[in-house]
Amino acid sequence: MKYRRFLVLAGVVGVVSLIASLAAVSVGNARPTASPTAAKASAAIAAPPVPNAAKLKKKYKGVKLTFVGDNAVGGSHVRDLALAKRFTHDTGIKIKVLPHPEKSDESYSQLARNFSSHSSAFDVVMMDVVWPGAFAPYLVNLKPALGKQAKLHAAGIVANDTVGGKLIAMPWFGDFGILYYRTDLLKKYGYKAPPKTWSQLGAMAKKIQAGERAANPNFAGFVYQGNSYEGLTCDALEWVASVGGGHFVDGGKASINNAKAAAVLNLFRSWVGTISPRGVTSYGEEEARIPFTNGNAAFMRNWPYAYSSGQAAGSKIKGKFSVTVLPHGAGAKSVGTVGGWQLGVSKYSKHKPAAIEFVRYMTSPAVERFNAITNSNVPTIPSVAKLPAVRKTNPYLKPEIASVARVTRPAKYLKSHYNQGSKIIYQGINQILNGQDAKKVLPRIQSQLNRLLR
Amino acid sequence: MSPTTEASSAPRSRPRRRRSRLQRKQTRLAWLLLLPALVAVGLVALYPLGRTIYYSFTDQQFLSGIEATHWIGLENYKDLIHDTLFRDAVVLTVKFTLITVAFEFLLGMIIALTVNSGFKGRGVMRAMMLVPWAIPTVVSALMWKWMYNDIYGVINDAGVRLHLISHNVAWIAQPNTALGAAAASDIWKTTPFVALLLLAGLQVIPTELYEAARVDGASAWQQFWRITMPLLRPAILVALIFRTLDALRVFDVFYVFFGNRPDTQTMAIFAQDTIVGTGDVGYGSAACVAIFLIIGLFTVIYVTFMRVEQQ
Amino acid sequence: MTAAAEATTEARSVAKVRVHKPLRKRLARLPFYLLIAAIFVYTIFPFYWAIRSSLTPDGDLFATPLQYFPNSPTLVHYREVLSSGDFQRALLNSTIVAGSVTLISLVLGTVASYALGRFRFRGRAFAMYLMLSMTIFPQIAILGALYTMINKFGLFNTLGALIFSDLILTLPFTVWVLTSFMAALPKDLEEAAYVDGASPFQVFYKVLLPLIAPGLVTTGLLAFITAWNEYLYALSFTQDPEHHTVTVAITSFTSGKGLTFEQPWGQIMAATVVVTVPLIVLTLILQRRILAGLTAGAVKG
Repeated sequence: MKYRRFLVLAGVVGVVSLIASLAAVSVGNARPTASPTAAKASAAIAAPPVPNAAKLKKKYKGVKLTFVGDNAVGGSHVRDLALAKRFTHDTGIKIKVLPHPEKSDESYSQLARNFSSHSSAFDVVMMDVVWPGAFAPYLVNLKPALGKQAKLHAAGIVANDTVGGKLIAMPWFGDFGILYYRTDLLKKYGYKAPPKTWSQLGAMAKKIQAGERAANPNFAGFVYQGNSYEGLTCDALEWVASVGGGHFVDGGKASINNAKAAAVLNLFRSWVGTISPRGVTSYGEEEARIPFTNGNAAFMRNWPYAYSSGQAAGSKIKGKFSVTVLPHGAGAKSVGTVGGWQLGVSKYSKHKPAAIEFVRYMTSPAVERFNAITNSNVPTIPSVAKLPAVRKTNPYLKPEIASVARVTRPAKYLKSHYNQGSKIIYQGINQILNGQDAKKVLPRIQSQLNRLLR
Repeated sequence: MSPTTEASSAPRSRPRRRRSRLQRKQTRLAWLLLLPALVAVGLVALYPLGRTIYYSFTDQQFLSGIEATHWIGLENYKDLIHDTLFRDAVVLTVKFTLITVAFEFLLGMIIALTVNSGFKGRGVMRAMMLVPWAIPTVVSALMWKWMYNDIYGVINDAGVRLHLISHNVAWIAQPNTALGAAAASDIWKTTPFVALLLLAGLQVIPTELYEAARVDGASAWQQFWRITMPLLRPAILVALIFRTLDALRVFDVFYVFFGNRPDTQTMAIFAQDTIVGTGDVGYGSAACVAIFLIIGLFTVIYVTFMRVEQQ
Repeated sequence: MTAAAEATTEARSVAKVRVHKPLRKRLARLPFYLLIAAIFVYTIFPFYWAIRSSLTPDGDLFATPLQYFPNSPTLVHYREVLSSGDFQRALLNSTIVAGSVTLISLVLGTVASYALGRFRFRGRAFAMYLMLSMTIFPQIAILGALYTMINKFGLFNTLGALIFSDLILTLPFTVWVLTSFMAALPKDLEEAAYVDGASPFQVFYKVLLPLIAPGLVTTGLLAFITAWNEYLYALSFTQDPEHHTVTVAITSFTSGKGLTFEQPWGQIMAATVVVTVPLIVLTLILQRRILAGLTAGAVKG
């Protein structure tokens, strides 16, 4: 019978593929997968020892902690495992490393569900820099135990992690926005230095784009993150704060509706389709990085991660680009929005003191140095950022850049309404970039934000 | 006992009692056979649905455990009716559904007819037919997004080279091309589903009918309308219902392409963003119930239309 | 004229007619061929682009001018993907999940379709719509509750959780499609079998099931691919790479180091091709089943 033959055939295909995959699994069992350089780097320097190990061992030996850490694949997980192993070896506290989901939304959901159900499953959690405000009610106040160590970290980030006077998270990695530029093109068109103000950027981008477009019609002057998503909040905060237009929310009240903010946003609006491609209002991090690293853009705003792909073998711009702080407006300072991750301790953990000690270790200068060298994580401790070894693997940590003023998104004011508030901001700014007048959109954003802040 | 014909062969003297006993036996057997499938779907769906419907009458938050949840009756639904964002999402989703289902149906029919006929290229068509369906939706959406890019996208590159367009177009960013771009990507992805269903339906039509029609002098077009379409009706109905169902719940391609752009929010993105992003589970659940009712409405329209036609 | 000459003239005129007819017919079919060609390009080109991207080194992937065929094709992405223990594990997991879901759907579906398609009873339409209505909610609507249920059953971070929740995606259309196949079979089909003394089960197994073989293959294939491609539940109900399915694994690729935003497109495309090719092969094998058609004997008898 025909269908019986089909069943047999399907069964055979299924069995064969099952056997094949089983065989492949046993043969190529290299878990986890790390890039060869990361593995080499991790081997090069060992995870630092735990200070006070003996005392900790006496007190907490045998305690089991669950740490929700970095992505499952790649160097981040290798790093987490190495650190956890060292910690366990020195203190006898067992650490189970659970990689968090790749997608930020899903990662947030995972933590939200865990906290909502008062579960004690997670002891130490890794949080995006805008989440402490929302999760504050569920996190332990780290100030008594780690307040002194917090003073080593960048003040802006610590302030972000302090909600209602309580330090509910410790800074761990500190990304911030920087300006990438093509050194060869600047030279070709007679510019001696990267732009210091936004209008200079505009002029330079216009001239370079006009010149390059003759041979390369795909060339763009300036690319950044303009899509209607969280990344735009980061970019726009830099624009507005760097011209003296405030930080969206200041002192608990929405402050985005002012003349300077409107002026810079309308300036960016005028650039869409002229020195920035029309599609920039749909770009995320990768859509901006790809044209730049393929030689199709003169300027880019992005996080430090883009540096290594620009310098990778086979990159079209290897050796032809550099980084600096983002431009600013007249009479104001350059800034960079803080990205990055924090570590917190769950209020429902059954082993809070031991968990706090683990956080102490992970946010210590020695471990931040280890992270920066082996995994190119941006340290949140300025003194670590100054170390020559760290600067060697992370060239964007030159002192002029590393010391740029950090600005944080209004997560601590919006608390659990942060996602909603950020959406109001980035949707409105995306509309401005797509053609609406900032003077009409900003009042609306302001009133909507104020309603949330009540 | 044959379920459908036993009654006709029963003796006249006792037809009613036999028929009713038999009917009951049949009905019992039928429900028994149905039970496993119903239980499976019920287990997976009933509790979650019940919870969703319950939440839609409360002010449940995603991040809960600190504040209590209150019963607020029809508040959420009242707000939903006045919510212009939700209204826009509904309009957009319905527009998207009409466009994609129409094209998928058209393309699916052409592909199914081609593969079914003795046409020479059908072997290759047959093999490649399922390719788009086999690629994970998220990967497909990402792939199309990068094909649409206005600097390094292949669609712009090929379009300019073939003189179909004069310069690169920002398909995704521009509001007037955004919906079309998303639709083209989704049509590519899901036409195989329709094509496969229609093909299976075509296979069941006996070829003698066509032979008889040809002998009677009917043209190919007449054969199509008089034989193929009527006999394909059940397959068409199933394909339409399930594709519409899926199109009205579209999420991935819009989220990957547009993020949270206000002018390209579908109903499912609205619901997800309300539940997870804003954290308002109560309101989001009410939106989900509304979505369910809208989809149900479409199903009723299809079935009524099909049934009326049959009569 | 001699008979031979007449025959030759006739043969020549027949040949002339034979030459003209195919040419006219071929020209009339031209728009049809063009349409087929356009559809073919639309269907295949993105996949070709995926293959090309999988063979292109990282630096050239998005370089302009675009390389329609890689200038220096490389297998490095395939090597990275296939040597990844996590990815192999994910392939195995996906196969297990999709296979189980398909099997369960087909078993439950054929039994249910027998009832719905061959019996007349009150509540038949209600049952069909009930099954449909339980599934037309956005996935996010039932995600939270499913999560709670799965935790309660202790299925969190197991493949069982995925098999359980994917059924809601495959069972409804399986039941509906198979029911339409069952209903389309001639009404007096079972009569001959009953006359021979067969039980309902034998009727189901020996008479009806073989005749709806195209339907079985179609729904089996669609169910398999649906479960294979499922993303949201796989993402939400699994925690570690041991239990990831292929969709989650593909979207989790990173280039290593602290590169949180970079998407290694070459690897992702290579993984997509690796994942798609077996499905195409499976389809090719099973398509013959679909195109086999009905056995004349069973229908007429």
